[in-house]
Amino acid sequence: MEQDFLLSAPITFLSIMATILMVVDALIKKSSKITFTLSWLTLGITGVLAAWTLKHNGTAFNGMITVGSFGAFFDILFCMGALLTLIAARPYMQRENLEHDEFHSLILFAVSGMMIMAHANSLLILFIGIEIMSVCFYILSGYMRSSVRSVEASLKYFLLGAFATGFLVYGMALIYGATGSFDYNQIFMAAQHELRFPSLMMIGIGLLLIGLSFKAAAFPFHQWAPDVYQGAPTVVTAFMSTAGKIAAFSAFMPIVAIVSPADTEMKIQIILAIISAATMLVGNISALTQTNIKRMLAYSSVAHAGYLMMGLVAISAHHARGVSGILYYLSAYLFMQLGAFVIVSILERSGEKNLEIEDYAGLSKRHPVLAALMTIFMLSLAGIPPFAGFFGKYYLFTAAIESGYTWLTIIAVISSIISVYFYIGLIVKMYFTEPNESGESTQQLPGIASITLAVSAVAVVFLGLMPAGLLDVIKLLFGN
Amino acid sequence: MNLQSIPLEYYLSLSAIMFTIGTVGVLTRRNAIIIFMCIEMMLNAVNLTLVSFSAFMGDSAGQMFVFFVMAVAAAEAAVGLAIVLALFRVKQTVYVDEINIMKW
Amino acid sequence: MIDLYIPLIIMVAVGGLFGLSNVILAEVLGPRRTKTKTKLSIYECGMEPITSARERFSVKFYMVAMLFILFDIEIVFMYPWAVQFKVLGTTGLIAMGLFMLLLFAGFIYVIKKGALKWD
Repeated sequence: MEQDFLLSAPITFLSIMATILMVVDALIKKSSKITFTLSWLTLGITGVLAAWTLKHNGTAFNGMITVGSFGAFFDILFCMGALLTLIAARPYMQRENLEHDEFHSLILFAVSGMMIMAHANSLLILFIGIEIMSVCFYILSGYMRSSVRSVEASLKYFLLGAFATGFLVYGMALIYGATGSFDYNQIFMAAQHELRFPSLMMIGIGLLLIGLSFKAAAFPFHQWAPDVYQGAPTVVTAFMSTAGKIAAFSAFMPIVAIVSPADTEMKIQIILAIISAATMLVGNISALTQTNIKRMLAYSSVAHAGYLMMGLVAISAHHARGVSGILYYLSAYLFMQLGAFVIVSILERSGEKNLEIEDYAGLSKRHPVLAALMTIFMLSLAGIPPFAGFFGKYYLFTAAIESGYTWLTIIAVISSIISVYFYIGLIVKMYFTEPNESGESTQQLPGIASITLAVSAVAVVFLGLMPAGLLDVIKLLFGN
Repeated sequence: MNLQSIPLEYYLSLSAIMFTIGTVGVLTRRNAIIIFMCIEMMLNAVNLTLVSFSAFMGDSAGQMFVFFVMAVAAAEAAVGLAIVLALFRVKQTVYVDEINIMKW
Repeated sequence: MIDLYIPLIIMVAVGGLFGLSNVILAEVLGPRRTKTKTKLSIYECGMEPITSARERFSVKFYMVAMLFILFDIEIVFMYPWAVQFKVLGTTGLIAMGLFMLLLFAGFIYVIKKGALKWD
């Protein structure tokens, strides 16, 4: 019992602190300074605790959650993402007059939900984790209560998200009926031997995949993403599109692995491959025509979900390269996408102004540093060496080829080439066009958000120049 | 009368029908609150599936799951109604086809 | 097969008959009185109904209702514990105490944010 609490310390500590933060916020007036300090301290300590449990490998609480290795790796990513978001959010919230202190505890609760998702070893725990995260996201995306756009985004996200939850739980119920258990290990065992209702199992897996694809914003369940990402406050979008997506894939990977033995006719594998191909094509082609930068980045995040699903295809073909490829890509994706959105949040003016791609014309003259950083993130998102995005794509592409999906890789390469057009297009706009006359003349200081930008940029460059470092850690943890 | 004597398929069919009615309701209704009621109906269909599997197999895990689905549905209801309320304050509507600032 | 449903059919039939018979009996046995407009109007504690019943409620009702749903549904988690109370022993008691503590934290938040203040 003590061992259980000790090894699950990251989750327990973070959840308790989130609750305390909520009470502190209610008891103390004007508490945003206190809650801010407490929340970044909490996230830091949780990250350290997760790093401490990284070497362990096992289950806790009667096999309900896994501890260490896989979950702990994701814990660190979530804490990093939340920490960078909180720092970047501080100046943004002050400028938009959004000093409601619930923001901090909501972010912490969302992170605790994500951690539960990554640690889940039972469909029940997975469901609870997904819901904790989603409910926090519904509220966070409607955080600007006076903005019609933000509230609309919130309602859309809520209705579609709850709809997807229905499919998700129905899938879980059918898998329970077919295998007799919610436990991952027992589902895996049952899938290898005989199932009571093989057809129910397949329907259940299909419904579960629909639910998880929704959370990961994969085609054809991606339509909510652009609207919600555009309407939500920019810092919230930064958090949702990075940590939220990482959480969805942390749940996706074990699920695909445990149900793959039931997939004797390779149906699931083919469906995953088709979803992957469609997601990246739709994401990248839709991004071409966007005029709003948040919408463009939203579609690009849809496309990235497509690349990541190539790794899932490899996992369902029992290829270990899939796991390390996804883990590396997610780490890279966290920093490049977060960095890009934080720059957007710095340049944004209250009243949702300065969000068109046109407004970025001639940015290099007004904000040379921001333009340079944006260039780094764009090049990395496009997958151009020597940045982190390139190696992420490289590992995923090789994983797909090695599991026999050359056609998928060809589609991925084509859609990457399409994506270069709009990523480079933004860089050209920043450097080689004259600013339009309505361009802002006031210098916008990023404040402490510059910490986020610096960390993200360094991480993108470092992961790109020395990919072996992270890969060695991943190999050490998961044995290739 | 014991439960096992009514075949499991009957329960499963009933819940599948309920789930489908809920899904169709979500896709065709315009009022956000009615859409949400349809979603609740889908969740209740799932609860019926879980309970019948649980009784059929003599395993209590399914019934425990139902408690969690109910609690989550309550939390979603509270958050959902609050969001609908917030929308009504800024826009004076609860109809989803009038929520169209961004492309739906 | 059909005999399994006989208890169900009986229950539905008895329920339906009971409701129906009450309506009919009241009509048949009750004293006959003339129906005036006043008698058919809505009964509002003996007072004249002032405005239409279809008006907007204060948002406070919404708040109380939503909070009621939340705190009410949490009670379901006490049922499994109550059924297995003796088996779970001290561990179960501590776990339930922690659960109640978490709910109490939420309650403090609600009170302090003034969600239950009526004015």
